[in-house]
Amino acid sequence: MEQGTHHILSVLVENKFGVLTRVAGLFARRGYNIFSLAVSPTEDERYSRMTILVDGESAPIEQVTRQLNKLIPVISISELSAADAVERELMLVTIVAGQDARSQATELAAIFEAKILDVGYESMTLMVAGQPEKLDAMTDLLEPFGIVELQRTGRIALPKLSRQSSKLRVVKPGSA
Amino acid sequence: MKLTGAQALIKSLEMEGTEVMFGLPGGAILPVYDPLIESSIRHILVRHEQGAGHMAEGYAHATGRPGVAMVTSGPAATNIVTPLADAYLDSIPLVVITGQVPLSVIGTDAFQECDTIGITMPVTKHNWLVTDPQEIPRIVREAFHVATTGRPGPVLIDFPKDIANQMMDWGWPELVDLPGYKPNLKGHPKQIKDAARLMSEAKRPVIYAGGGILKARAAEALLELAELTGIPVVTTLMARGAFPDRHELCLGMPGMHGNYTAITAIQRSDLLIALGSRFDDRVTGKVDGFAPDAKIIHVDIDPAELGKVRRPDVPIVGDCKNIIERLVKAVVADRAKHDWADISPWMETVRGWQRDFPLQYEQFEDGPLKPQFCIEAIRDHTPTDTIVASGVGQHQMWTSQHWRFDHPYTWVNSGGLGTMGFAIPAAIGAKVGRPDRTVWAIDGDGCFQMTAQELVTASAERIPIKVAILNNAYLGMVRQWQHLFYEERYSEVYLSPDLPDYVKWAEAMGCIAFRVDSPEDVVPTIEKANEIDDRPVVIDFRTDASENVYPMVPVGHSNDDVIVGPPAGEGSR
Repeated sequence: MEQGTHHILSVLVENKFGVLTRVAGLFARRGYNIFSLAVSPTEDERYSRMTILVDGESAPIEQVTRQLNKLIPVISISELSAADAVERELMLVTIVAGQDARSQATELAAIFEAKILDVGYESMTLMVAGQPEKLDAMTDLLEPFGIVELQRTGRIALPKLSRQSSKLRVVKPGSA
Repeated sequence: MKLTGAQALIKSLEMEGTEVMFGLPGGAILPVYDPLIESSIRHILVRHEQGAGHMAEGYAHATGRPGVAMVTSGPAATNIVTPLADAYLDSIPLVVITGQVPLSVIGTDAFQECDTIGITMPVTKHNWLVTDPQEIPRIVREAFHVATTGRPGPVLIDFPKDIANQMMDWGWPELVDLPGYKPNLKGHPKQIKDAARLMSEAKRPVIYAGGGILKARAAEALLELAELTGIPVVTTLMARGAFPDRHELCLGMPGMHGNYTAITAIQRSDLLIALGSRFDDRVTGKVDGFAPDAKIIHVDIDPAELGKVRRPDVPIVGDCKNIIERLVKAVVADRAKHDWADISPWMETVRGWQRDFPLQYEQFEDGPLKPQFCIEAIRDHTPTDTIVASGVGQHQMWTSQHWRFDHPYTWVNSGGLGTMGFAIPAAIGAKVGRPDRTVWAIDGDGCFQMTAQELVTASAERIPIKVAILNNAYLGMVRQWQHLFYEERYSEVYLSPDLPDYVKWAEAMGCIAFRVDSPEDVVPTIEKANEIDDRPVVIDFRTDASENVYPMVPVGHSNDDVIVGPPAGEGSR
């Protein structure tokens, strides 16, 4: 997915079993791809927040949000375009790093403000948080070491503050 | 008060005003059938669970109240998926209860277990798995609320057997608390004003009325709007009866098999006022070529419909009755300030089309029996408020075309899903809901064979519906497409006129049955059928297999390409 074409849907839902299936099923039935997804309870335990990243090119965002709003357990949807959001993502990556490569890897980790979580004889696990592009860049630079395993959380996002915040569009159920 | 889960479920259904339910018991739902014996609810025992669902739909169509059906788990639940999907596409309020294996064994591939919640999720407005007997009253209350408010639709409650047997403390919730469900009924005042403004400027306006008019009980409001403005009205397949066919402003049905005037008036319009309609592909034909010069006012209670197919110039989210009533006021106010465009030249054009392109067929005295002739004969020999149900196919289109719908809630059919076999059970449900009305099912021979066993239900329960089988010995609509688009290469569409013997079959199911082969027997037989009021009647009309449905807009074409009638020589004399 190209940078900037994606939309972030921040969906407040009831914290009940089956809600994720309802949301995911709606995307699947209409052939829309979920690029990434993060779900967690909110400060109010009755609700969860889903941060869903969809490609604005392939999925008509307006239809997606209106259809999502029809789901009974969906309380509200905030739609953020990439320009209006602060986004962060977390990555864990295990690389090949024996004795001779360890210091190089540590140096790279320092540049990216990554943390070393675990060290073995032949490998090491790093954690890095940041904007998705930063994670992409670090992945590229770690490639020469040899990547054993890699996992990313998917993005979480909040609206940008100050002047930009008026662009946050809260889609209430029933609004046109 | 302590109740079992089963008692609480039945009591909750009573609290919601359920008078009738359609169902068939089985293992997982057994405990709920026990307290039903003491209940005020009339239970109608069907012969197949699909029948229960369609009966509930017919009941809802005819009465406006939610239809209730109850079946067991597994195969019973899957059998009722078709009616759920049908009701979902046609926005019919249904509350379906399915038995489920005990919570303790869910997920173990237990006997008659299936993932009913998962299977029905895409075909219900919402569904609930009961996991605590204490939740029963709240869930039933929510289920009826969701089914009947906003855009109506089917809901399902999956009810595990152990929940039915556990005890709970009875209490009825006064309020429904669903923070994520708040249908907007009101519409925006500015948009309503804008709509009136657009109407004032239109030289070729058309009201495109859909099923939402009937769901919102807005037929009277629509009549007022049309008469106030003089704007002609087309009624979609789902809206037949929402505006009286006898009214001079009624243009009838648009779409693939609509009449020339309705199709062409939309096509040439400069303003389409879409009220509770959803720009279905059977109405629009090729979307790019649909009503190319028209601005759009679109009123719908479901915000997702606005702009789904065609972007409206004035979108209005709200209940059709409320919005139309306010639109009437806005029109009156606008007229006090502004001159409105003269639409009389437009109406003259429309009248010209009506004169030049009427629906046509010809019944020859000694020729084969024409299906349209049978339909018109039934129409002319029944009360005008007769409820007519149909299946899906040629007979459905002919009925919609040739019946005269002068009252709302007299047309019961499967529009969106196109469910063959809908007519018989739906007619039974309609008659249960409106025992004071004459109810005819106009069915095809293919459709009849799919759900005919429900006539046993009708006989056993003394539900005296009347059934006309337009028996052309074919899957007629498929035959028509093979005739027109596959060079008459008929593939797997022949059914035989007398296998089964419909008269013997109907009699075996407790009905009185007749066979009609010739035009002169049509009316006398209908009159005989009308005299029978203690059991179902079936008439096997042997109709002309070569008769096709016209007008027709071929699929993939724009509505400019109406085939008005058959080419010379088509059809038998």
